Amino acid sequence: MSSPARSGFRQGLLHAAGIPAMVLAAGYVGFGALAAGHGLSLAGTLLSTLLIWALPGQLILVEMHTLGAPFLAVFLTVVFSGARFLPMTVVMMPLLREARGRPVHYYAAAQFVAMTGWAWTMARFPDMPAERRLGYFFGFIAVLMASALASTALGYLAGDLLPPMAKLAFVFMSPMYFLLLLAGGTNDARGYLAIVIGAVAGPLMHFVAPQWSVIVAGFVGGTLAYAAHRMWKKGGLQR
Amino acid sequence: MSEYTLLAIACGLGTYVWRGLGVAVSARVRPESELFAWIGCVAFAMLAGLISRVVLIPSGALEHTALWQRLAATGFALAAYFLFTKKNLFAGVIASAAAMYLILLLS
Repeated sequence: MSSPARSGFRQGLLHAAGIPAMVLAAGYVGFGALAAGHGLSLAGTLLSTLLIWALPGQLILVEMHTLGAPFLAVFLTVVFSGARFLPMTVVMMPLLREARGRPVHYYAAAQFVAMTGWAWTMARFPDMPAERRLGYFFGFIAVLMASALASTALGYLAGDLLPPMAKLAFVFMSPMYFLLLLAGGTNDARGYLAIVIGAVAGPLMHFVAPQWSVIVAGFVGGTLAYAAHRMWKKGGLQR
Repeated sequence: MSEYTLLAIACGLGTYVWRGLGVAVSARVRPESELFAWIGCVAFAMLAGLISRVVLIPSGALEHTALWQRLAATGFALAAYFLFTKKNLFAGVIASAAAMYLILLLS
């Protein structure tokens, strides 16, 4: 690694080791406890953190698998729930690119694009020389990943040692982490509309087809929100 | 290997497709295009649907809590995040757990 990349890496490590790592730990301790509560294996739970690297997708995996949904339904729902990573990666890549970077660096960095790290590093990139950013991102992510894996294991193993009420409080942190991340990261009418329609469609679909409810509610609710916002925008222009 | 572990691996690979595709098209696609807007809406609605289902009709451990307890704790989390701390995620998440614990303890 070149010198700016190395100092960027160190800076990333330092910046992540604090609130960002703690925030993520709160979400993943809850996730570990949740997975243990459903009787799922520790190995699969840790692998989901390492490979999926997205708490919402991991929650879907655990919830749907426990409901007995078929492999394909779980797979498609989890994969589609990660669709936000496409625009997130597209927006981030121009900021990461620099003269000495190779494609393999960018494809490796992309695996670690997820809400927490993305939001924190994107906020700092504009004030940072381009040649430090890739190193900074990897340093930041290294701490987040270590924190998430340790917290997943801790929640999984310690969940049973806690009194039942404390365990329930732990398990509850995971969906709440994700609710606040989703609601707090939205700043346009279309996003809020999609959240509200989705929040209504999700439980409704659950009564119709529990195993496919998340993906169907997402497509129907999301398309409705998109179409409604488009019509509203057009109507506004005509007036 | 259990189906759960296989699913974790398959879902990890599947999720990477979006991330890898993002790198591949980043030089050519405008992130503000209509297609991305629609994909974003679907992803948001899907995630919102999941959260509201977990809060309203949970499975697993949270089945042992009452609906009003989950709704009240969610309200505390949202208030801590949006009203009391100007979007401090850590405060909001800790508030959700603290509220749930106290509600269970007192009821």
